[in-house]
Amino acid sequence: MSTGPATPPREQQRDMQSTGEVRAMAEMPARAGIGLAGGFLPPLVALAIAAVVGDLLILSFGEAPSTVFRLLVEGTWGNAYGIGQVLYKTTTLACTGLAFALAGRAGLFNVGAEGQLAAGGFGAALLGMLLPAGTPALVAVPLCLLAAMLVGAGVGAVPGALRAKFGASEVIVTIMLNFIALAFLNWIVSSKLHVPETLHTPPIVAGMMPRFADSFAAFRGSAANFTIVFAVLAAVASWWYLFRTRAGYELRAVGLQPDAAEYGGVRVPRVLLVTMCLSGALAGLGGMNFVLGYKGYYEEGFAGGAGFLGIAVALVGRNHPFGILGAALLFATLSQGGLAVNAIVPKQLTDILTAVVILAVATAVPEVQKQLRAAAANVTAAFYRDARKGVS
Amino acid sequence: MILLTFLLQTIRIAIPYLLAAAGGVMSERVGIIALGLEGMMLAGAFGAALGSYYGGNPWAGLAGALVAGAMVTAVLAVATLRYKANQVVVGVAINLLVVAATRFYLRRIFDSASNSPRVPGFGGEGAGGMFASFVNPVVWMGLAALPVLAWVLYRTPFGLRARAVGEKPEAAATLGVAVTKLRLQGLLIAGSLASLGGAYLALDQHQFSDSMTAGRGFIALAAVIFGRWEPVRVAVACLLFAGAETLQIQLQGSQMIPSQFVEMIPYVLTIVALAGVVGRSVAPAALGKTE
Repeated sequence: MSTGPATPPREQQRDMQSTGEVRAMAEMPARAGIGLAGGFLPPLVALAIAAVVGDLLILSFGEAPSTVFRLLVEGTWGNAYGIGQVLYKTTTLACTGLAFALAGRAGLFNVGAEGQLAAGGFGAALLGMLLPAGTPALVAVPLCLLAAMLVGAGVGAVPGALRAKFGASEVIVTIMLNFIALAFLNWIVSSKLHVPETLHTPPIVAGMMPRFADSFAAFRGSAANFTIVFAVLAAVASWWYLFRTRAGYELRAVGLQPDAAEYGGVRVPRVLLVTMCLSGALAGLGGMNFVLGYKGYYEEGFAGGAGFLGIAVALVGRNHPFGILGAALLFATLSQGGLAVNAIVPKQLTDILTAVVILAVATAVPEVQKQLRAAAANVTAAFYRDARKGVS
Repeated sequence: MILLTFLLQTIRIAIPYLLAAAGGVMSERVGIIALGLEGMMLAGAFGAALGSYYGGNPWAGLAGALVAGAMVTAVLAVATLRYKANQVVVGVAINLLVVAATRFYLRRIFDSASNSPRVPGFGGEGAGGMFASFVNPVVWMGLAALPVLAWVLYRTPFGLRARAVGEKPEAAATLGVAVTKLRLQGLLIAGSLASLGGAYLALDQHQFSDSMTAGRGFIALAAVIFGRWEPVRVAVACLLFAGAETLQIQLQGSQMIPSQFVEMIPYVLTIVALAGVVGRSVAPAALGKTE
């Protein structure tokens, strides 16, 4: 980079950016053509493969697949409690999925959502404990939300800064930070803050998020709560940021072609740092769901793999904020469905299916798309050949 | 005497790290990111318990570990080499898959959510006293793994090609090296080594328990990076991490440092190393690129 030409003058920079934009737009219709099929294809292909693997696993357990799948659907979308639980799990997964996707758009692999989520949840719980009892919810909830996002952003900033300044692989740093953050939180909770005989902090005194069950009797017993509104807002905000702001454009430019982006005047290290902070903040937001929406305290191990599942969510949602909401619903259904079928097959069945979906999306889907595209090209070529024959 | 105990315990603890890290070096040297080490180890541990349980002796356990490791490696190889899927994504998926699958089959086969029944391991109870662990052939495999790998990488034609494939696959291909085949071989070696590391854990504890690798695959990966992909340096890193763990166990009674902080040492060291304090790390140039 240092040997490259000096930064081009301002005029030219704007020019290059606009040509980039124009070119991207010119490609739009072409992409939308396969995009329409492409949008629905990954989940469908992945689910088909997962269904086959699921059948085999269930058969290997000596049970009938139809019975198991019926139980799975009934236990999730078949009643208000099931739906409530799915929505509760969707909330966390949407946040960690958004966290992974936002970083992914900038070419960064944030494998650290697990630690960022836990740290965010701890931040919310700590503030919730420190606020004076009786602080009105309208003040306490946003403050706790801010705390969760700030702490998450703080944890995300470390790999961001190391990547921006030293070029350290964010994949490795985030994995290592997961262990460090969880061990650190474990230490604080077990030696300073816990309720005796438990692994959780004392309950928060202000900042609880209302549950759906408080408003709609049908959801009684389920953990569904209004944090999901924030998750949806976060998805909308992410979409707006990514596709409607200059910063989002720069973020995507860095993800597509870091060298070109730098030459076009984007301050790449800055973008990397800011993106990792935002990504961490989104994961931290997910920690609120458990702390403010469900239990009312921070408990060790509450993240329970939701951080890693966010990777699956982002993949199936094709790194698009709205796709992620749908993908989060899918994986939340699988996760809750595992509990529903646990009586006859181990609940890990759906965890295996989750991993199969990830592998399928990463391998089979691009392959199927390639085949489809080749087939489409053949049809088009044949069409033109025939048309030419018709003329002559 | 205390020093000798410390040393012996460090070696015992280092064995799974040494084996998995050797696998990690092999995998990354041929250009495949070794994020799946944890899954390979866990599969190896489960395969070892199964083999030892049904075969009635630990050698069957080792065979079981190699089969289980090969199965996981096959999935990884197909996804990354045949379909060119993103290696980070595949690595994370493999780890999730193995955790879930071992739990699933733990219930299917042993009807337990947490652990297998007791299985035969190497060395009877009390035999050999303090040096008991050295009747275990896996210990010797662990001690030999990285030196042998160093010899293979730097002194054999296979090693030369492997390094070429990890650094400049196009150039290697031009010279007639079958890049994909060589990467597959590298991955199979990596999977075998990592699954032996898992087998050590299961046979040492005479059972498989849920998620018993507990992040050791990631520590091994940390050692690979910390040792800058050089087998000898990686071996030193493994011993360093194992020493810290031994220290933690020895200090547990005295409560001088909270155990959580000692747990962090390998991870913090890795981050520090990555940030360039120890010197710019030079990853194999083609790492993660299979286009």
